[in-house]
Amino acid sequence: MRRLAFTLLLLVAGAAPAAAEKLVVSLSNHRVAVTSSFTGEELVLFGTIEPDRPRAALRSAYDLVVTVTGPKQTLRTRRKERVLGIWVNTDTREFVSVPAYLAVLSNQPVNTVANAETLRRLQVGIDNFLLPQRIGPDVADTVPNDPFRTAFVRLQTQYGLYRQSGTAVTFLTPTVFRATIPLPSNAPTGSYPIDVKLFADGEMVARTSSALEVIKAGFEQFVAESARDHGLLYGLATAMMALLTGWFASVVFRRD
Amino acid sequence: MQIYLPIADMPVNIFLVLGMGLAVGFISGMFGIGGGFLMTPLLIFIGISPAVAVASVASHISASSFTGAITYWRKRAIDVALAMMLLAAGILGTATGVWLFTVLRTMDQLDLVIGLSYVTLLTSVGGMMIRESVRAELRARKGMPATLRRPGSHSWVHGLPLKMRFKRSKIYVSAIPVWAIGFSIGFVGAILGIGGGFLLVPMLIYFLRVPTATVIGTSMVLTLITMASATVMHAVTNHLVDALLALILMVGGVIGAQFGVRTGQRMRGERLRLLLGLLVFAVGLRFAFELVVKPEDLYSLRHVRSE
Repeated sequence: MRRLAFTLLLLVAGAAPAAAEKLVVSLSNHRVAVTSSFTGEELVLFGTIEPDRPRAALRSAYDLVVTVTGPKQTLRTRRKERVLGIWVNTDTREFVSVPAYLAVLSNQPVNTVANAETLRRLQVGIDNFLLPQRIGPDVADTVPNDPFRTAFVRLQTQYGLYRQSGTAVTFLTPTVFRATIPLPSNAPTGSYPIDVKLFADGEMVARTSSALEVIKAGFEQFVAESARDHGLLYGLATAMMALLTGWFASVVFRRD
Repeated sequence: MQIYLPIADMPVNIFLVLGMGLAVGFISGMFGIGGGFLMTPLLIFIGISPAVAVASVASHISASSFTGAITYWRKRAIDVALAMMLLAAGILGTATGVWLFTVLRTMDQLDLVIGLSYVTLLTSVGGMMIRESVRAELRARKGMPATLRRPGSHSWVHGLPLKMRFKRSKIYVSAIPVWAIGFSIGFVGAILGIGGGFLLVPMLIYFLRVPTATVIGTSMVLTLITMASATVMHAVTNHLVDALLALILMVGGVIGAQFGVRTGQRMRGERLRLLLGLLVFAVGLRFAFELVVKPEDLYSLRHVRSE
């Protein structure tokens, strides 16, 4: 089987003596620790485009799209309407298992990298990324200009969690690139798969993946875990802390 | 200096939060209230989600009311029997409140209910306080003596059965209004993240005729226990109590309260009540404004669950 694939590959390569390339990427930091002084971090992804066989030719121009997705979350988008003079949430849509963080980083605006059909097929760009909504009993993605979908993307962008940038990837030489991945302070903990796609002449020619992890560390981790796993103990401890603070103040400021 | 809050999941400026604690503590010391009705909206304003704000303020109020309760205990100004009676009902009210809080949150109507309740409660209580204190002020101008209602005068509340005697307060009243007051304070406190001191004190004075000597101390004990139990219940059911946020607020709060008490003691009672009335009323109006004026963004997001 493998030999067959190899033969096929040779045949294809022989038929079109054009380039065949592979991507080699490396991340500045695979693990981001959220400590009490965490205010966001910027990671750097370095990479090179290499010929996939020795002496294979490389093309002269490439485009690169890096897609970073955060841990999956279910979020509800709510719309307010005026009811009896006051503004009330009247309509809601649930976005099921959507990434809590989504960054589409490229060296030029994604819609110029390939034609619309290719971009949709490869889910390149926020507009082409699957954001399934619960509509009645079904779960499906809607058209990119659906009002709830646009509102959802807009709000996530405002929070710094979704972003699309046509300048975040720079080519240092025609084959060496760097991409900056901005992680905001509200980036949720979990694993963040990174998908790197290389385009040439409007077609994807190579693809690779990597991942980074955001974890709570030290005190933050301790507090978050106790609150989640030992609610009762945590609540009692917080109440005790309140009493101690109150008692301490009454002792310190006692004037009689 | 930025510090990351582990439950609210966001960094805040530690000095800003400390300053808010100081300011609200000052006001609470000055007027003898918990200040939750100011603190919760302030936290929401700086971007903390309403649910985390309500749950964390509960523990902050426990701290400030404990300081107050100790002071009143030393002055023997606490009616323990009355406090315990109110409390039994208060815990029941808190449990109901925490349960309703969870239900409303899943229905996406928590913000609306919090907003509407603030408007109704604050504007009515604030309005009443302003009216009462302006009248007292006018009477004082005309040189008329303040007409205090005589302790012997009875209302329909005193005709209810199941009478009990509370020795420290020197009152003999039915247990039914005591339970009703306790329950409603616990309930409102859990939903709105307020101690309810500014509601409880007038209720105790007008409905039960509790004398001024014991009313504030007793109300503080009640606030303390309902808020401490609200902290525990919120931690168990919603996991939303941010201990770090609460600690910063507490430290600011207890220090601010000490200065507030000193300022408050230098002012006349009517003037103090008028100021508090205006403050309560203004916060109520602010909430009304938010409900009526078209929001900048009609859409909002709520986190349902992580996978």
